[in-house]
Amino acid sequence: MKLMPFLAALLFVPLAIAQVDLSGEWGQKMHEDAPERGGGPEIGDYTGLPINDRARMQADSWDADKWTLLEHQCEPHPADYAVRGPGSMRIWADMEPLTKEVTAWHTMIMWMNPERTIYMDDRPHPSQFAPHTWGGFSTGEWVDDMLKVTTTHLKEGWLRRNGLPRSEKAEMTEYFIRHGDALTVVTIVKDPVFLTEPLIRTSNWILNPGYAPTPQYCVPSREIDHPIGWVPHHLPGTNPWLYDYAVKNGFPRDAVRGGAETMYPEYQQKLEPERRR
Amino acid sequence: MKAIRVAVFVAAAISSTFAQEPQIECLHVKGNVYVIAGAGGNITVQVGDEAVVLVDSGLPQYSREVINAIRKISSKPIGYIINTTIDRDHTGGNESLAKGGFFMLTSANQQRSAAAIVSHLNFLNRLNTPADRQAVSQPGWPTDTYDTAEWKLYANDEPLLLEHPASAHTDSDTLVFFRRSDVVSAGDLFDMTRYPVIDRTRGGSLEGILKALNHISLDLAVPKQNEEGGTYIIPGHGRICDRYDVAIYRDMLTIIRDRIRDMAVRGMSLEQVKAARPTFDYDGEFGSDTGAWTTAMFIEAVYQEAVSNVRPGTRK
Repeated sequence: MKLMPFLAALLFVPLAIAQVDLSGEWGQKMHEDAPERGGGPEIGDYTGLPINDRARMQADSWDADKWTLLEHQCEPHPADYAVRGPGSMRIWADMEPLTKEVTAWHTMIMWMNPERTIYMDDRPHPSQFAPHTWGGFSTGEWVDDMLKVTTTHLKEGWLRRNGLPRSEKAEMTEYFIRHGDALTVVTIVKDPVFLTEPLIRTSNWILNPGYAPTPQYCVPSREIDHPIGWVPHHLPGTNPWLYDYAVKNGFPRDAVRGGAETMYPEYQQKLEPERRR
Repeated sequence: MKAIRVAVFVAAAISSTFAQEPQIECLHVKGNVYVIAGAGGNITVQVGDEAVVLVDSGLPQYSREVINAIRKISSKPIGYIINTTIDRDHTGGNESLAKGGFFMLTSANQQRSAAAIVSHLNFLNRLNTPADRQAVSQPGWPTDTYDTAEWKLYANDEPLLLEHPASAHTDSDTLVFFRRSDVVSAGDLFDMTRYPVIDRTRGGSLEGILKALNHISLDLAVPKQNEEGGTYIIPGHGRICDRYDVAIYRDMLTIIRDRIRDMAVRGMSLEQVKAARPTFDYDGEFGSDTGAWTTAMFIEAVYQEAVSNVRPGTRK
Protein backbone atom coordinates (compact mmCIF):
# COMPACT_ATOMS: atom_id res chain seq x y z
CA MET A 1 0.00 0.00 0.00
CA LYS A 2 2.87 2.35 0.73
CA LEU A 3 3.87 2.08 -2.88
CA MET A 4 0.65 3.68 -4.07
CA PRO A 5 1.56 7.32 -3.31
CA PHE A 6 4.96 6.74 -4.86
CA LEU A 7 3.45 5.28 -8.01
CA ALA A 8 0.90 8.06 -8.14
CA ALA A 9 3.68 10.60 -7.91
CA LEU A 10 5.52 8.86 -10.72
CA LEU A 11 2.56 9.46 -12.98
CA PHE A 12 3.21 13.17 -12.78
CA VAL A 13 6.94 12.99 -13.39
CA PRO A 14 6.69 12.57 -17.15
CA LEU A 15 4.64 15.78 -17.33
CA ALA A 16 7.39 17.71 -15.66
CA ILE A 17 10.04 16.14 -17.85
CA ALA A 18 8.00 16.94 -20.94
CA GLN A 19 8.44 20.62 -20.22
CA VAL A 20 11.12 22.04 -22.42
CA ASP A 21 14.28 23.53 -20.96
CA LEU A 22 14.50 27.06 -22.30
CA SER A 23 17.52 28.06 -20.27
CA GLY A 24 20.68 29.18 -21.96
CA GLU A 25 22.13 31.98 -24.06
CA TRP A 26 20.34 32.74 -27.31
CA GLY A 27 21.64 34.72 -30.25
CA GLN A 28 19.17 36.71 -32.31
CA LYS A 29 18.73 35.78 -35.98
CA MET A 30 17.53 39.23 -37.10
CA HIS A 31 16.45 37.74 -40.43
CA GLU A 32 12.91 39.09 -40.32
CA ASP A 33 12.26 42.80 -40.82
CA ALA A 34 16.01 43.43 -40.57
CA PRO A 35 15.97 47.09 -41.67
CA GLU A 36 13.48 47.91 -38.97
CA ARG A 37 15.40 46.08 -36.30
CA GLY A 38 18.94 47.21 -36.98
CA GLY A 39 19.17 50.85 -37.89
CA GLY A 40 15.55 51.31 -37.02
CA PRO A 41 12.40 52.00 -39.01
CA GLU A 42 12.07 55.06 -41.15
CA ILE A 43 9.81 57.91 -40.15
CA GLY A 44 6.34 57.41 -41.53
CA ASP A 45 6.76 53.67 -42.16
CA TYR A 46 3.66 52.15 -40.61
CA THR A 47 3.41 49.42 -43.23
CA GLY A 48 1.77 46.15 -42.28
CA LEU A 49 0.64 47.13 -38.79
CA PRO A 50 -3.02 46.97 -37.73
CA ILE A 51 -3.03 50.47 -36.27
CA ASN A 52 -5.93 52.88 -36.02
CA ASP A 53 -6.16 56.61 -36.71
CA ARG A 54 -5.21 57.50 -33.14
CA ALA A 55 -1.88 55.66 -33.44
CA ARG A 56 -1.28 57.24 -36.85
CA MET A 57 -1.88 60.75 -35.54
CA GLN A 58 0.41 60.28 -32.58
CA ALA A 59 3.19 58.83 -34.74
CA ASP A 60 2.84 61.68 -37.23
CA SER A 61 3.56 64.09 -34.35
CA TRP A 62 6.59 62.17 -33.12
CA ASP A 63 10.04 63.72 -33.30
CA ALA A 64 13.28 61.81 -32.67
CA ASP A 65 14.55 64.78 -30.66
CA LYS A 66 12.58 63.16 -27.86
CA TRP A 67 15.65 61.06 -27.11
CA THR A 68 17.65 64.18 -26.23
CA LEU A 69 15.46 64.84 -23.19
CA LEU A 70 16.89 63.69 -19.88
CA GLU A 71 13.59 62.05 -18.99
CA HIS A 72 13.66 59.81 -22.07
CA GLN A 73 17.31 58.93 -22.63
CA CYS A 74 17.42 55.74 -20.57
CA GLU A 75 14.28 53.96 -21.68
CA PRO A 76 14.77 50.29 -22.59
CA HIS A 77 12.44 48.54 -24.99
CA PRO A 78 9.20 47.27 -23.43
CA ALA A 79 8.77 43.49 -23.30
CA ASP A 80 6.62 43.32 -26.43
CA TYR A 81 9.20 45.19 -28.50
CA ALA A 82 12.40 43.99 -26.79
CA VAL A 83 12.50 40.74 -28.76
CA ARG A 84 12.39 42.83 -31.96
CA GLY A 85 15.17 45.13 -30.84
CA PRO A 86 18.86 44.33 -31.11
CA GLY A 87 20.50 41.92 -28.75
CA SER A 88 20.97 38.40 -27.58
CA MET A 89 18.98 36.93 -24.73
CA ARG A 90 19.74 34.90 -21.63
CA ILE A 91 17.03 32.68 -20.11
CA TRP A 92 17.27 30.99 -16.74
CA ALA A 93 14.94 29.31 -14.28
CA ASP A 94 14.16 29.40 -10.58
CA MET A 95 13.64 25.94 -9.16
CA GLU A 96 11.80 24.86 -6.02
CA PRO A 97 14.50 23.17 -3.91
CA LEU A 98 12.51 20.10 -2.89
CA THR A 99 10.28 19.30 -5.83
CA LYS A 100 12.65 20.72 -8.48
CA GLU A 101 9.69 22.32 -10.18
CA VAL A 102 10.40 25.48 -12.14
CA THR A 103 8.69 28.30 -10.23
CA ALA A 104 9.73 31.11 -12.55
CA TRP A 105 11.56 31.82 -15.79
CA HIS A 106 13.68 34.89 -16.24
CA THR A 107 14.79 36.58 -19.43
CA MET A 108 17.35 39.30 -19.99
CA ILE A 109 18.01 40.97 -23.31
CA MET A 110 21.28 42.64 -24.14
CA TRP A 111 20.00 46.12 -25.01
CA MET A 112 19.79 47.94 -21.65
CA ASN A 113 19.66 44.57 -19.85
CA PRO A 114 15.92 44.58 -19.10
CA GLU A 115 15.00 41.56 -16.99
CA ARG A 116 11.64 39.88 -16.89
CA THR A 117 10.18 37.29 -14.57
CA ILE A 118 7.58 34.80 -15.76
CA TYR A 119 5.88 33.28 -12.74
CA MET A 120 4.93 29.63 -13.04
CA ASP A 121 3.24 29.28 -9.64
CA ASP A 122 -0.30 30.30 -10.60
CA ARG A 123 -0.15 33.56 -8.72
CA PRO A 124 -2.76 36.17 -9.68
CA HIS A 125 -1.91 39.32 -11.60
CA PRO A 126 -1.59 42.45 -9.43
CA SER A 127 -4.16 45.11 -8.68
CA GLN A 128 -5.15 47.63 -11.33
CA PHE A 129 -3.52 50.23 -9.07
CA ALA A 130 -0.07 48.55 -9.05
CA PRO A 131 2.81 50.16 -10.97
CA HIS A 132 3.41 49.27 -14.60
CA THR A 133 6.87 48.23 -15.76
CA TRP A 134 8.76 47.73 -19.02
CA GLY A 135 8.55 43.98 -18.53
CA GLY A 136 5.00 43.95 -17.25
CA PHE A 137 3.69 41.23 -15.00
CA SER A 138 3.93 37.79 -16.59
CA THR A 139 2.58 34.37 -15.74
CA GLY A 140 3.32 31.21 -17.67
CA GLU A 141 1.85 27.80 -18.35
CA TRP A 142 2.87 24.94 -20.60
CA VAL A 143 0.70 24.19 -23.61
CA ASP A 144 2.17 20.98 -24.94
CA ASP A 145 5.81 21.91 -25.54
CA MET A 146 5.17 25.63 -25.77
CA LEU A 147 5.52 28.02 -22.87
CA LYS A 148 2.50 30.31 -23.03
CA VAL A 149 3.05 33.63 -21.26
CA THR A 150 0.39 36.18 -20.38
CA THR A 151 1.55 39.71 -19.60
CA THR A 152 -0.31 42.69 -18.15
CA HIS A 153 0.84 45.92 -16.43
CA LEU A 154 3.09 47.01 -19.29
CA LYS A 155 4.29 50.57 -19.36
CA GLU A 156 3.14 52.61 -22.32
CA GLY A 157 5.57 51.77 -25.10
CA TRP A 158 5.89 51.55 -28.85
CA LEU A 159 5.03 49.23 -31.73
CA ARG A 160 7.86 50.62 -33.79
CA ARG A 161 10.72 52.92 -32.97
CA ASN A 162 9.30 55.72 -35.08
CA GLY A 163 6.66 56.91 -32.68
CA LEU A 164 3.92 54.34 -33.23
CA PRO A 165 2.50 54.01 -29.73
CA ARG A 166 1.34 51.00 -27.75
CA SER A 167 -0.83 51.87 -24.76
CA GLU A 168 -0.52 50.64 -21.20
CA LYS A 169 -3.94 49.05 -21.57
CA ALA A 170 -2.43 46.49 -23.93
CA GLU A 171 -2.02 42.85 -22.96
CA MET A 172 0.40 40.40 -24.49
CA THR A 173 0.37 36.66 -25.04
CA GLU A 174 3.64 34.96 -25.96
CA TYR A 175 4.66 31.48 -26.97
CA PHE A 176 8.24 30.33 -26.41
CA ILE A 177 8.83 27.40 -28.76
CA ARG A 178 12.12 25.51 -28.78
CA HIS A 179 13.15 23.34 -31.72
CA GLY A 180 16.51 21.86 -30.79
CA ASP A 181 19.00 24.70 -30.92
CA ALA A 182 16.47 27.17 -32.30
CA LEU A 183 13.98 29.22 -30.34
CA THR A 184 10.94 31.03 -31.71
CA VAL A 185 9.16 33.65 -29.64
CA VAL A 186 5.68 34.53 -30.85
CA THR A 187 4.23 37.75 -29.45
CA ILE A 188 0.55 38.63 -29.76
CA VAL A 189 -0.30 42.15 -28.61
CA LYS A 190 -3.89 43.27 -28.11
CA ASP A 191 -4.24 46.99 -27.58
CA PRO A 192 -7.77 48.40 -27.33
CA VAL A 193 -6.42 51.94 -27.71
CA PHE A 194 -4.20 51.78 -30.79
CA LEU A 195 -4.79 48.47 -32.60
CA THR A 196 -7.82 47.26 -34.53
CA GLU A 197 -6.57 43.65 -34.63
CA PRO A 198 -3.99 41.74 -32.61
CA LEU A 199 -0.41 42.41 -33.70
CA ILE A 200 1.35 39.08 -34.13
CA ARG A 201 5.11 38.90 -34.61
CA THR A 202 7.69 36.14 -34.47
CA SER A 203 11.36 36.43 -33.62
CA ASN A 204 13.92 33.66 -33.96
CA TRP A 205 16.99 32.80 -31.94
CA ILE A 206 19.89 30.33 -32.12
CA LEU A 207 21.53 28.73 -29.11
CA ASN A 208 24.77 30.60 -28.46
CA PRO A 209 26.53 29.21 -25.38
CA GLY A 210 29.43 31.64 -25.79
CA TYR A 211 27.28 34.72 -25.30
CA ALA A 212 28.15 36.81 -22.26
CA PRO A 213 25.79 39.71 -21.55
CA THR A 214 27.46 43.11 -21.49
CA PRO A 215 26.45 45.16 -18.46
CA GLN A 216 24.73 48.37 -19.49
CA TYR A 217 24.12 51.18 -17.04
CA CYS A 218 22.46 54.21 -18.53
CA VAL A 219 22.89 57.57 -16.85
CA PRO A 220 21.19 60.47 -18.63
CA SER A 221 23.28 63.51 -19.39
CA ARG A 222 22.45 66.94 -20.72
CA GLU A 223 23.98 67.06 -24.18
CA ILE A 224 21.85 69.82 -25.68
CA ASP A 225 20.32 72.74 -23.84
CA HIS A 226 16.56 72.90 -24.01
CA PRO A 227 14.08 75.17 -22.26
CA ILE A 228 12.61 73.41 -19.21
CA GLY A 229 9.51 71.53 -20.20
CA TRP A 230 10.21 71.57 -23.94
CA VAL A 231 8.70 68.56 -25.66
CA PRO A 232 9.71 68.03 -29.31
CA HIS A 233 6.87 67.17 -31.68
CA HIS A 234 5.33 68.15 -35.00
CA LEU A 235 2.05 70.03 -35.14
CA PRO A 236 -0.61 68.24 -37.21
CA GLY A 237 0.12 68.50 -40.91
CA THR A 238 3.65 69.87 -40.49
CA ASN A 239 5.88 66.78 -40.36
CA PRO A 240 8.03 67.14 -43.50
CA TRP A 241 9.41 63.58 -43.49
CA LEU A 242 6.26 61.48 -43.34
CA TYR A 243 6.38 60.32 -46.95
CA ASP A 244 10.12 60.11 -47.57
CA TYR A 245 9.96 56.36 -47.03
CA ALA A 246 7.17 55.93 -49.57
CA VAL A 247 8.87 58.13 -52.17
CA LYS A 248 12.28 56.48 -51.76
CA ASN A 249 10.85 53.00 -52.23
CA GLY A 250 8.22 53.82 -54.81
CA PHE A 251 5.39 52.73 -52.53
CA PRO A 252 1.92 54.20 -52.71
CA ARG A 253 1.41 56.67 -49.87
CA ASP A 254 -1.67 54.89 -48.60
CA ALA A 255 0.25 51.65 -48.22
CA VAL A 256 2.85 53.04 -45.82
CA ARG A 257 0.17 54.53 -43.60
CA GLY A 258 -0.57 51.09 -42.22
CA GLY A 259 -3.83 49.66 -40.98
CA ALA A 260 -5.10 46.10 -40.75
CA GLU A 261 -5.86 45.98 -44.43
CA THR A 262 -2.18 46.38 -45.31
CA MET A 263 -1.29 43.16 -43.47
CA TYR A 264 -3.07 40.81 -45.84
CA PRO A 265 -2.17 39.54 -49.35
CA GLU A 266 -5.38 40.91 -50.83
CA TYR A 267 -4.02 44.38 -50.31
CA GLN A 268 -1.45 43.75 -53.05
CA GLN A 269 -4.29 43.20 -55.50
CA LYS A 270 -5.83 46.46 -54.43
CA LEU A 271 -2.58 48.25 -55.11
CA GLU A 272 -1.95 46.56 -58.45
CA PRO A 273 -3.84 49.07 -60.66
CA GLU A 274 -1.98 51.92 -59.03
CA ARG A 275 1.34 50.14 -59.49
CA ARG A 276 0.67 49.68 -63.19
CA ARG A 277 -0.04 53.38 -63.57
CA MET B 1 -22.73 84.34 -10.09
CA LYS B 2 -22.07 82.33 -13.18
CA ALA B 3 -18.64 81.40 -11.90
CA ILE B 4 -20.14 80.30 -8.59
CA ARG B 5 -22.74 78.14 -10.29
CA VAL B 6 -20.10 76.53 -12.47
CA ALA B 7 -17.87 75.84 -9.48
CA VAL B 8 -20.70 74.24 -7.54
CA PHE B 9 -21.70 72.18 -10.55
CA VAL B 10 -18.15 70.99 -11.17
CA ALA B 11 -17.66 70.12 -7.50
CA ALA B 12 -20.94 68.21 -7.36
CA ALA B 13 -20.26 66.46 -10.64
CA ILE B 14 -16.77 65.43 -9.60
CA SER B 15 -18.14 63.96 -6.38
CA SER B 16 -20.94 62.09 -8.12
CA THR B 17 -18.44 60.51 -10.49
CA PHE B 18 -16.83 58.69 -7.63
CA ALA B 19 -19.99 57.72 -5.79
CA GLN B 20 -20.00 54.29 -7.38
CA GLU B 21 -16.35 53.39 -6.86
CA PRO B 22 -15.46 49.70 -6.68
CA GLN B 23 -13.98 48.01 -3.65
CA ILE B 24 -11.28 49.74 -1.69
CA GLU B 25 -7.71 48.52 -2.01
CA CYS B 26 -4.65 49.29 0.08
CA LEU B 27 -1.27 48.84 -1.64
CA HIS B 28 2.22 49.27 -0.29
CA VAL B 29 4.04 51.88 -2.35
CA LYS B 30 7.51 52.15 -0.83
CA GLY B 31 9.13 52.64 2.56
CA ASN B 32 6.56 53.86 5.05
CA VAL B 33 4.03 54.82 2.43
CA TYR B 34 0.87 53.07 1.25
CA VAL B 35 -2.01 54.12 -0.98
CA ILE B 36 -5.70 53.48 -0.46
CA ALA B 37 -7.52 53.48 -3.78
CA GLY B 38 -11.21 53.26 -4.56
CA ALA B 39 -12.53 55.62 -1.88
CA GLY B 40 -12.77 58.65 -4.15
CA GLY B 41 -9.41 60.31 -4.76
CA ASN B 42 -6.34 58.30 -3.84
CA ILE B 43 -5.45 58.48 -0.14
CA THR B 44 -1.74 58.36 0.69
CA VAL B 45 -0.95 56.76 4.05
CA GLN B 46 2.34 57.12 5.88
CA VAL B 47 2.83 54.89 8.93
CA GLY B 48 5.49 54.70 11.62
CA ASP B 49 6.13 54.80 15.36
CA GLU B 50 4.38 58.12 15.99
CA ALA B 51 1.14 58.36 14.11
CA VAL B 52 -0.63 57.80 10.83
CA VAL B 53 -0.30 60.60 8.29
CA LEU B 54 -2.87 60.85 5.52
CA VAL B 55 -2.71 62.85 2.34
CA ASP B 56 -6.39 63.39 1.49
CA SER B 57 -9.34 61.57 2.99
CA GLY B 58 -11.57 60.36 0.15
CA LEU B 59 -15.35 60.52 0.01
CA PRO B 60 -17.21 60.56 3.34
CA GLN B 61 -19.27 57.43 2.66
CA TYR B 62 -16.08 55.34 2.57
CA SER B 63 -14.53 56.53 5.84
CA ARG B 64 -15.35 53.34 7.72
CA GLU B 65 -13.70 51.20 5.03
CA VAL B 66 -10.72 53.56 4.94
CA ILE B 67 -10.28 53.27 8.71
CA ASN B 68 -10.47 49.48 8.41
CA ALA B 69 -7.79 49.54 5.72
CA ILE B 70 -5.56 51.78 7.83
CA ARG B 71 -5.95 49.54 10.86
CA LYS B 72 -4.55 46.63 8.89
CA ILE B 73 -1.23 48.46 8.57
CA SER B 74 -1.07 50.59 11.74
CA SER B 75 -2.68 50.85 15.17
CA LYS B 76 -1.43 54.42 15.71
CA PRO B 77 -3.82 57.39 15.79
CA ILE B 78 -4.10 59.65 12.77
CA GLY B 79 -1.90 62.70 13.31
CA TYR B 80 -2.13 64.69 10.11
CA ILE B 81 -4.54 64.89 7.23
CA ILE B 82 -2.91 66.95 4.50
CA ASN B 83 -5.27 68.02 1.72
CA THR B 84 -3.95 68.32 -1.81
CA THR B 85 -7.08 70.01 -3.12
CA ILE B 86 -10.49 71.29 -2.11
CA ASP B 87 -12.49 68.71 -4.10
CA ARG B 88 -14.89 66.61 -2.06
CA ASP B 89 -13.47 63.30 -3.30
CA HIS B 90 -10.22 64.32 -1.58
CA THR B 91 -11.59 66.05 1.52
CA GLY B 92 -14.94 64.39 2.23
CA GLY B 93 -13.48 62.12 4.90
CA ASN B 94 -11.67 64.90 6.79
CA GLU B 95 -14.21 65.16 9.58
CA SER B 96 -14.72 61.48 10.29
CA LEU B 97 -11.08 60.43 9.87
CA ALA B 98 -9.75 63.27 12.05
CA LYS B 99 -11.99 62.30 14.96
CA GLY B 100 -10.16 60.47 17.72
CA GLY B 101 -6.87 61.39 16.17
CA PHE B 102 -3.80 62.96 17.73
CA PHE B 103 -3.09 66.63 17.07
CA MET B 104 0.53 66.70 15.98
CA LEU B 105 1.09 70.44 15.59
CA THR B 106 1.94 72.95 18.28
CA SER B 107 -0.67 75.59 17.76
CA ALA B 108 -3.85 77.06 19.18
CA ASN B 109 -5.65 73.89 18.17
CA GLN B 110 -3.40 71.66 20.24
CA GLN B 111 -6.07 70.65 22.75
CA ARG B 112 -8.23 69.09 20.07
CA SER B 113 -8.56 65.35 20.28
CA ALA B 114 -8.43 65.13 16.54
CA ALA B 115 -5.86 64.99 13.79
CA ALA B 116 -4.45 68.22 12.46
CA ILE B 117 -5.88 69.07 9.04
CA VAL B 118 -3.32 70.88 6.92
CA SER B 119 -3.68 72.76 3.65
CA HIS B 120 -2.47 75.83 1.82
CA LEU B 121 -4.02 79.09 2.98
CA ASN B 122 -5.78 79.56 -0.36
CA PHE B 123 -7.77 76.43 0.46
CA LEU B 124 -9.14 78.03 3.61
CA ASN B 125 -9.74 81.30 1.82
CA ARG B 126 -11.82 79.48 -0.77
CA LEU B 127 -13.88 77.85 1.96
CA ASN B 128 -14.74 81.34 3.11
CA THR B 129 -16.26 82.28 -0.24
CA PRO B 130 -19.96 81.70 -0.98
CA ALA B 131 -19.14 79.35 -3.85
CA ASP B 132 -17.08 76.95 -1.78
CA ARG B 133 -18.49 77.32 1.73
CA GLN B 134 -20.21 73.95 1.43
CA ALA B 135 -17.31 72.21 -0.29
CA VAL B 136 -16.08 70.77 3.02
CA SER B 137 -18.23 70.29 6.13
CA GLN B 138 -16.95 72.71 8.74
CA PRO B 139 -15.49 70.22 11.27
CA GLY B 140 -13.33 69.04 8.40
CA TRP B 141 -11.89 72.46 7.60
CA PRO B 142 -8.13 72.94 7.88
CA THR B 143 -6.84 73.52 11.38
CA ASP B 144 -3.50 74.78 10.11
CA THR B 145 -2.44 76.37 6.86
CA TYR B 146 0.71 77.66 5.22
CA ASP B 147 0.87 80.68 2.95
CA THR B 148 4.26 80.23 1.33
CA ALA B 149 5.48 78.15 -1.60
CA GLU B 150 6.50 75.32 0.70
CA TRP B 151 6.20 74.02 4.24
CA LYS B 152 8.20 71.36 6.02
CA LEU B 153 6.76 68.91 8.55
CA TYR B 154 8.27 65.84 10.16
CA ALA B 155 6.54 62.63 11.12
CA ASN B 156 7.51 59.02 11.70
CA ASP B 157 11.21 59.75 11.33
CA GLU B 158 10.66 61.25 7.92
CA PRO B 159 10.59 64.77 6.45
CA LEU B 160 7.33 65.71 4.75
CA LEU B 161 7.93 68.44 2.20
CA LEU B 162 4.74 70.26 1.29
CA GLU B 163 4.86 72.31 -1.89
CA HIS B 164 2.27 74.68 -3.28
CA PRO B 165 2.08 74.94 -7.07
CA ALA B 166 0.84 78.48 -7.61
CA SER B 167 -1.93 77.68 -10.04
CA ALA B 168 -2.35 74.08 -11.12
CA HIS B 169 -5.52 71.98 -10.72
CA THR B 170 -6.72 74.92 -8.57
CA ASP B 171 -4.90 77.77 -6.85
CA SER B 172 -4.95 75.96 -3.52
CA ASP B 173 -3.15 72.71 -4.32
CA THR B 174 -0.47 71.00 -2.24
CA LEU B 175 1.83 68.18 -3.23
CA VAL B 176 3.65 66.19 -0.59
CA PHE B 177 7.11 64.65 -0.93
CA PHE B 178 7.88 61.89 1.59
CA ARG B 179 11.62 62.38 1.41
CA ARG B 180 12.83 59.24 3.16
CA SER B 181 10.32 56.88 1.61
CA ASP B 182 10.92 58.57 -1.75
CA VAL B 183 7.26 58.97 -2.64
CA VAL B 184 5.42 62.01 -4.01
CA SER B 185 1.70 62.44 -3.46
CA ALA B 186 0.69 64.70 -6.34
CA GLY B 187 -3.06 65.22 -6.02
CA ASP B 188 -5.26 65.99 -8.99
CA LEU B 189 -2.69 67.85 -11.06
CA PHE B 190 -1.67 64.34 -12.09
CA ASP B 191 -4.59 62.04 -12.94
CA MET B 192 -3.93 58.72 -14.63
CA THR B 193 -7.61 58.16 -15.41
CA ARG B 194 -8.32 61.25 -17.50
CA TYR B 195 -7.08 64.63 -18.64
CA PRO B 196 -6.34 66.77 -15.59
CA VAL B 197 -9.23 68.85 -14.33
CA ILE B 198 -8.24 72.48 -14.92
CA ASP B 199 -10.56 74.22 -12.51
CA ARG B 200 -10.29 77.74 -13.88
CA THR B 201 -13.07 79.00 -11.62
CA ARG B 202 -10.81 78.13 -8.69
CA GLY B 203 -7.65 79.58 -10.19
CA GLY B 204 -6.39 76.48 -11.98
CA SER B 205 -4.27 76.56 -15.15
CA LEU B 206 -2.62 74.14 -17.53
CA GLU B 207 0.61 76.13 -17.36
CA GLY B 208 0.67 75.61 -13.61
CA ILE B 209 -0.01 71.90 -14.01
CA LEU B 210 2.83 71.60 -16.53
CA LYS B 211 5.17 73.52 -14.26
CA ALA B 212 4.38 71.16 -11.40
CA LEU B 213 4.76 68.04 -13.56
CA ASN B 214 8.11 69.29 -14.84
CA HIS B 215 9.18 69.94 -11.26
CA ILE B 216 8.24 66.41 -10.22
CA SER B 217 9.87 64.92 -13.28
CA LEU B 218 13.09 66.93 -13.30
CA ASP B 219 13.66 67.93 -9.67
CA LEU B 220 12.04 65.41 -7.34
CA ALA B 221 11.81 62.02 -9.01
CA VAL B 222 14.84 59.81 -9.63
CA PRO B 223 14.37 56.49 -11.43
CA LYS B 224 16.10 53.45 -10.01
CA GLN B 225 17.23 52.11 -13.39
CA ASN B 226 16.15 52.36 -17.02
CA GLU B 227 13.43 54.94 -16.25
CA GLU B 228 11.66 52.56 -13.92
CA GLY B 229 10.99 52.45 -10.19
CA GLY B 230 12.98 54.68 -7.83
CA THR B 231 10.78 57.55 -6.75
CA TYR B 232 7.10 56.65 -6.88
CA ILE B 233 4.38 59.19 -7.57
CA ILE B 234 0.81 58.73 -6.37
CA PRO B 235 -1.60 60.54 -8.70
CA GLY B 236 -4.91 61.99 -7.60
CA HIS B 237 -6.63 59.07 -9.28
CA GLY B 238 -5.37 55.85 -10.81
CA ARG B 239 -2.41 53.60 -10.36
CA ILE B 240 0.97 54.08 -8.69
CA CYS B 241 3.43 55.74 -11.08
CA ASP B 242 7.10 56.48 -11.52
CA ARG B 243 8.97 59.24 -13.32
CA TYR B 244 8.43 57.81 -16.79
CA ASP B 245 4.67 57.94 -16.28
CA VAL B 246 4.83 61.57 -15.17
CA ALA B 247 7.08 62.42 -18.13
CA ILE B 248 4.78 60.96 -20.77
CA TYR B 249 1.73 62.57 -19.13
CA ARG B 250 3.64 65.86 -19.27
CA ASP B 251 4.56 65.16 -22.89
CA MET B 252 0.92 64.62 -23.79
CA LEU B 253 -0.30 67.80 -22.10
CA THR B 254 2.50 69.86 -23.64
CA ILE B 255 1.74 68.57 -27.13
CA ILE B 256 -1.99 69.24 -26.71
CA ARG B 257 -1.29 72.72 -25.34
CA ASP B 258 0.98 73.50 -28.30
CA ARG B 259 -1.63 72.30 -30.79
CA ILE B 260 -4.45 74.33 -29.25
CA ARG B 261 -2.24 77.37 -28.77
CA ASP B 262 -1.27 77.20 -32.45
CA MET B 263 -4.93 77.05 -33.42
CA ALA B 264 -5.75 79.98 -31.14
CA VAL B 265 -2.94 82.03 -32.66
CA ARG B 266 -4.31 81.25 -36.11
CA GLY B 267 -7.61 82.75 -35.02
CA MET B 268 -9.67 79.59 -34.80
CA SER B 269 -12.81 79.73 -32.68
CA LEU B 270 -13.47 77.30 -29.85
CA GLU B 271 -15.93 75.38 -32.00
CA GLN B 272 -13.40 75.14 -34.79
CA VAL B 273 -10.77 73.89 -32.38
CA LYS B 274 -13.13 71.26 -31.00
CA ALA B 275 -13.99 70.17 -34.52
CA ALA B 276 -10.28 69.79 -35.32
CA ARG B 277 -10.00 67.24 -32.48
CA PRO B 278 -6.60 68.25 -31.12
CA THR B 279 -6.71 65.54 -28.45
CA PHE B 280 -7.89 62.73 -30.73
CA ASP B 281 -4.75 60.56 -30.45
CA TYR B 282 -4.88 60.65 -26.66
CA ASP B 283 -8.63 60.32 -26.18
CA GLY B 284 -8.47 56.52 -26.18
CA GLU B 285 -6.57 56.65 -22.91
CA PHE B 286 -7.70 59.86 -21.25
CA GLY B 287 -10.77 61.19 -23.04
CA SER B 288 -14.44 60.96 -22.13
CA ASP B 289 -17.68 62.18 -23.63
CA THR B 290 -19.56 61.72 -20.38
CA GLY B 291 -19.01 62.38 -16.71
CA ALA B 292 -17.86 65.35 -14.74
CA TRP B 293 -14.84 66.23 -16.85
CA THR B 294 -15.26 65.60 -20.54
CA THR B 295 -12.77 65.99 -23.33
CA ALA B 296 -14.75 68.98 -24.59
CA MET B 297 -14.45 70.68 -21.19
CA PHE B 298 -10.72 70.02 -21.15
CA ILE B 299 -10.27 71.45 -24.65
CA GLU B 300 -12.31 74.51 -23.70
CA ALA B 301 -10.20 75.14 -20.60
CA VAL B 302 -6.96 74.85 -22.57
CA TYR B 303 -8.34 77.03 -25.35
CA GLN B 304 -9.51 79.77 -22.98
CA GLU B 305 -6.10 79.81 -21.34
CA ALA B 306 -4.38 79.92 -24.72
CA VAL B 307 -6.54 82.79 -25.92
CA SER B 308 -5.91 84.73 -22.74
CA ASN B 309 -2.16 84.27 -23.26
CA VAL B 310 -2.11 85.32 -26.92
CA ARG B 311 -0.89 88.88 -27.16
CA PRO B 312 -3.38 91.30 -28.70
CA GLY B 313 -2.77 91.76 -32.38
CA THR B 314 -0.95 88.46 -32.86
CA ARG B 315 -4.04 86.44 -33.70
CA LYS B 316 -4.41 85.98 -37.41
